[in-house]
Amino acid sequence: MKLVVVSAGLSVPSSTRLLADRLAAAVGRRTDDVVVQVVELRELAVEIAQNFTNGFPGRALAAAIDAVTGADGLIVVTPVFSASYSGLFKSFFDVIDKDALAGTPVLIAATGGTARHSMVLDHALRPLFSHLKAVVVPTGVYAASEDWGAAGLDGRIERAAGELAGLMNGLSAAKPVGNDDLEVVPFAEQLAALRATG
Amino acid sequence: MQFGIFSVGDVTPDPTTGRTPTERERIKAMVAIALKAEEVGLDVFATGEHHNPPFVPSSPTTMLGYVAARTEKLILSTSTTLITTNDPVKIAEDFAMLQHLADGRVDLMMGRGNTGPVYPWFGQDIRQGINLAVENYALLRRLWREDVVDWEGKFRTPLQGFTSTPRPLDGVPPFVWHGSIRSPEIAEQAAYYGDGFFHNNIFWPADHTKRMVDLYRQRYAHYGHGTAEQAVVGLGGHVFMRRNSQDAVREFRPYFDVAPVYGHGPSLEEFTDQTPLTVGSPQQVIEKTLAFRDYAGDYQRQLFLIDHAGLPLKTVLEQLDMLGEEVVPVLRKEFAAGRPADVPEAPTHQSLLAAAKKETVA
Repeated sequence: MKLVVVSAGLSVPSSTRLLADRLAAAVGRRTDDVVVQVVELRELAVEIAQNFTNGFPGRALAAAIDAVTGADGLIVVTPVFSASYSGLFKSFFDVIDKDALAGTPVLIAATGGTARHSMVLDHALRPLFSHLKAVVVPTGVYAASEDWGAAGLDGRIERAAGELAGLMNGLSAAKPVGNDDLEVVPFAEQLAALRATG
Repeated sequence: MQFGIFSVGDVTPDPTTGRTPTERERIKAMVAIALKAEEVGLDVFATGEHHNPPFVPSSPTTMLGYVAARTEKLILSTSTTLITTNDPVKIAEDFAMLQHLADGRVDLMMGRGNTGPVYPWFGQDIRQGINLAVENYALLRRLWREDVVDWEGKFRTPLQGFTSTPRPLDGVPPFVWHGSIRSPEIAEQAAYYGDGFFHNNIFWPADHTKRMVDLYRQRYAHYGHGTAEQAVVGLGGHVFMRRNSQDAVREFRPYFDVAPVYGHGPSLEEFTDQTPLTVGSPQQVIEKTLAFRDYAGDYQRQLFLIDHAGLPLKTVLEQLDMLGEEVVPVLRKEFAAGRPADVPEAPTHQSLLAAAKKETVA
């Protein structure tokens, strides 16, 4: 099983990455033979911007996109910026094909300075991944600064990780097999479709 | 193999002087570039078609007709003709007229256009882009091949007893290329008809171009026009040359850095590493262009983009001198070497006419 972790933290070390690692470890404990790959968006920031200006991804970004779209499960973690996911986080998912995450189990998580933004999980991240047709686990994990010194975060991590692990094991058979070939509608069908509606 | 140039027709300020050419200057420059292409021994000049500033070529057959009158051998083509928003009846008429005036030195490349508002400006819906390309082209083919056409479709008013005039020269319609960067449907369309497929690879990594060309080749064979290796493929190229590569980089960098489309993005070095752009010596251009064959197979037409981003006319004409004197003669020789005998050249009016006569006799 391939678990890919997308972290949009910007500082080094970052609490976003710390939360991502705790989530990944918790999923790992529940899944046999899981291979974890972490995608740090900070390292891809320039290539993501250039993807917008050029229309194609650079080599490191292409590799990250391949990893994310080929994953059996995703953990995505963003810091809260201006009451939402960070622009970098959104930009990464903007350059991924809109159907590439269809059916992929996703655990959403976010970090922030205060607990006041915790609804960002359900007001911003969940709709984004619903649009991408991913399967978002019921429990999202939000960690404010204060949570790192309080009881409760562990429990939420464990519950969310259990949900993701369950979906990864259960949905792996349902996810469409990745196909790298370009697909075509036979031309006669394309012509016939126009005649039928014309 | 055919070598030529294709122009977008952009009016762009020269970033080194800040001066923007007038539309008249740019139009005349495009003509001068086309005439120079013939003078230095290139085979093809293709003009873009655009209907918004900062571009001038809204009326390709007017320009190509003028160039036809002043050239002898040059093949006049487009890059691209908007099959989505032009009336296919007008395309049939305009290009048949050009064929007669140019004694058959005409082909054209179909494209959908990538400027959203052009569709509504011409009464169309961009969401129907592929369907417009499919239906309009199907009609265009009939207009060139049938003297009297009765037709009804989804997008234009029906035709009853319509004859497109003038009829194609010698009864042979112009050869058609289909240009597409990422739509498999268009590669499929080109394959279905046995037409040419042009991949404008200039801003794209090689693996993407390879996938699109491979798809076209497989489908060309599927439809029984020949083997996959015999499919008719064209590619773009994007070069700036000086005798010493350092001089080329130094002179081109200010144009690259602010160029439309790719400016303000990756560095010149990153871009030349990942795309077909070559900024350097004629030898470097030769090496990079020859490498296209490694992933696209033996192909039929190579068009270079040399006149964009505000480069002055004098500089562009110098590029053409180098292409004609140093680059293309070597490319002709090297591409011919190792090319299987059964891989055809790009069709021309003469070759299509000969094939039609042979078919009539048979």
